[in-house]
Amino acid sequence: MSNKIRIKRGLDIPLAGSAQSRTENISASLVGIVPDDFPGYKWKAVVKPGDRVKSGSALLISKETEDIRLVSPVSGTVREIRRGERRKIEFVSVESDEKNESEAFDSKELLLSMKRSGLYAMMRQRPFDIVPFDGVKPRDIFVTAFDTAPLAADMSEDPLLANLEAGLKALSALTDGKVYLSVPCGSKLNSKYAEVYEFEGPHPAGLVGTQIAAIRPVNKGEVVWTLDAVTVSRIGILAQTGKPDYTARVAVTGPCVKDPHIVATTIGADMATILKGNIEQTEGKVRIISGNVLTGVHIEGEEGFLRFPYRQITIIPEGDEADEFMGWASINPKKYSVKHSFPAFLRGLSKPFDFDARIKGGHRAMILSGEYDKVFPMDIYPEYLLKAIMAGDIERMEQLGIYEVAPEDFALAEFVDTSKIELQKIVREGLDYLRNETL
Amino acid sequence: MKGLKRKIDRIKPNFEKGGKFEKLHSVFDGFYTFLYTPNETSRSGVHIHDGNDSKRTMIMVVLSLLPCCLFGMWNVGYQHYLSIGEPNQGIFTLFFFGLFAVLPQILTAYIVGLGIEFVVAQIRGHEIQEGFLVSGILIPMICPVDTPCWMLAIAVAFAVIFAKEVFGGTGYNFLNVALVTRAFLFFSYPVKMSGDQVFVQLGGANAVDGYSGATPLGQLASSAEGALTKLTNTIGEPLSNADIFFGLYPGSWGETSTLCILIGAAILLLTGIASWRIICSGIVGGLLMSVIAHNWASPLYPVSYLDPFQQLCLGGFMFAIVFMATDPVTACRTNIGKYIYGFLIGVVAILIRVYNTGYPEGAMLSVLLLNCFAPLIDYCVVNSNIKRRMRRLTVK
Repeated sequence: MSNKIRIKRGLDIPLAGSAQSRTENISASLVGIVPDDFPGYKWKAVVKPGDRVKSGSALLISKETEDIRLVSPVSGTVREIRRGERRKIEFVSVESDEKNESEAFDSKELLLSMKRSGLYAMMRQRPFDIVPFDGVKPRDIFVTAFDTAPLAADMSEDPLLANLEAGLKALSALTDGKVYLSVPCGSKLNSKYAEVYEFEGPHPAGLVGTQIAAIRPVNKGEVVWTLDAVTVSRIGILAQTGKPDYTARVAVTGPCVKDPHIVATTIGADMATILKGNIEQTEGKVRIISGNVLTGVHIEGEEGFLRFPYRQITIIPEGDEADEFMGWASINPKKYSVKHSFPAFLRGLSKPFDFDARIKGGHRAMILSGEYDKVFPMDIYPEYLLKAIMAGDIERMEQLGIYEVAPEDFALAEFVDTSKIELQKIVREGLDYLRNETL
Repeated sequence: MKGLKRKIDRIKPNFEKGGKFEKLHSVFDGFYTFLYTPNETSRSGVHIHDGNDSKRTMIMVVLSLLPCCLFGMWNVGYQHYLSIGEPNQGIFTLFFFGLFAVLPQILTAYIVGLGIEFVVAQIRGHEIQEGFLVSGILIPMICPVDTPCWMLAIAVAFAVIFAKEVFGGTGYNFLNVALVTRAFLFFSYPVKMSGDQVFVQLGGANAVDGYSGATPLGQLASSAEGALTKLTNTIGEPLSNADIFFGLYPGSWGETSTLCILIGAAILLLTGIASWRIICSGIVGGLLMSVIAHNWASPLYPVSYLDPFQQLCLGGFMFAIVFMATDPVTACRTNIGKYIYGFLIGVVAILIRVYNTGYPEGAMLSVLLLNCFAPLIDYCVVNSNIKRRMRRLTVK
């Protein structure tokens, strides 16, 4: 392995509550699939409450092409199709019968099987950061085998990864270009079917966007696929056996978790079951996030399911009950800031901090410059790209590199932003706008 | 504290839409968020945020200005008592003389500037933006101590409205508000704002014989062609390099002490608020131009006889580099641009100072000029990035 890339710009946020490696099996009696997790297609339900489904049976199919499907990860009965405003489907939930009956797919027609087994929808493409276009062969396929987000679990310990090589082999047949596998520095992962790159440095080294920028950036008119090593392994299992595997290894983390550890469960598992008895009882509210604190989804209300990419749950204090008197004058050593304007830097910024969900300031125009650049390791001027997006200037967005980015690439910039601007939302809207205008 | 919070929460509805004092909403909100950091939680994107916000940033800048400010007050008193021949006063006598001399200016700047901010915020339905917290203290510091308050009020109003609010408020202005105020004063009231009458407050007392209130740069600028004068303080004694470094000479009251400016710079750099790129390249630019000017010194341009150390420490040069050039809104925003921008400010400031004998000081004009060019510099830097991307597309 000779390809070694060092990422210099970035930040490892020292959030408290990292997971121990102890694994607990929790079988989910209820699972839910949320179509919002799979942007790029419009989804319609093909089941009714009460229908019997197997693991791998379609719950939702795309309106554009019926081969691309979202499937049930367990066998059982459809419990509910929850609709929100304008009958938009919020989720489809399935009650498990614990029988593990599974649909069989043709492992020779791999691409079709991937689409029909829901694994295709677990890939993303650049540009636009959506489920890949149907019928477009990717220039290259980028696989990340590690996650550097705050408190993320070590992906290489996932037992599914035994099938990584088979998955990479299968993927290499789907592109005329190369499959790139990015691994952390010192990793033992290797492959005959992929070009392996070792990455070193802080978050966002593990983000596939950072890796593409360092290996071979996306140009206008090109399409690349991106996915994580776990999904590749699922594809590997599908290619070998014809039966998909929907188990998920989830790190339950964060300052408000009593016992942070790994949970082995199923895709889309019911959050209440996974977290039962494991939430620290505090005076205030807690915020349950499916995913990490940078890009995860806030699970509100009683019903919530483990959301794509099915790897992590983080629980932090909401913090909205705190009334901080003259916070701007604070000398509280527990207040984290990358800027040395709070005394916390004296005690060391790498020790764990308890963050809460407050934005800790008011919304302002972009005032300070160069803040984003420090945590944005691509050859792109993030401020200028964001301004082009806000102005809706498509030509300028293209020139400044919108095809290379996904909202998650801006998460760290959003974290450090003094002006508290919702950068990821802006980028998402920009990508959607561009897609609507240009396709 | 809980009681106060409860009281404020009780009167809060009066200031909200439909309340009795709806028109004062932005004022109330300004004070409320000043007292209590809003406990708004994130709705989209990242779930946690860095503790730093705009208020904290501005407060850190004000903090970094404090050494200059306190020293400046003391120096106003020192220059006064020196000029009237009673230099042996206690430190507090000197300080309080200065404090009371500049307090009206500080209050005028804040009342006029923040007043306009409050009104505009109310009209636009914005939150109060704290940019003027910094401008409000900067403005008096870069003005002569004897500037009349009514002039200051007009200048502040002009600058806040026409240099900032018409462009959309803090974060959208392209000229440094404090410097626009200073330039307005400089060009509108040239007689009152330059010369040797305004930099020392005599306060009606009689000065000693041989007194001159001219600043060192003023002395040079007004010296007859070829007649090189030795720099002196107000009572005709020669100024040593140490005096110059510590700031014991008359000038706009906040900007004379290089030592205090460097302390401020250290705070700004430690907290990462000011860009070291701008400060370093600015000093390099100034130094380079000073060396050139000094090497080819000519009696036509008396300021060219100053050695580089004096060039950097005298007048408003260092203050402009550390506190004005680094204003993030009006400076270049790209890293490469910052080097160019800082360097040019340094060069142009000394260039104007030395070769334009009409203006004793060039720092203000230099920063304002480069403020205008900053977007162009950034444009070129960003375009080189675009070209790189386009080349990748064609090479493929």
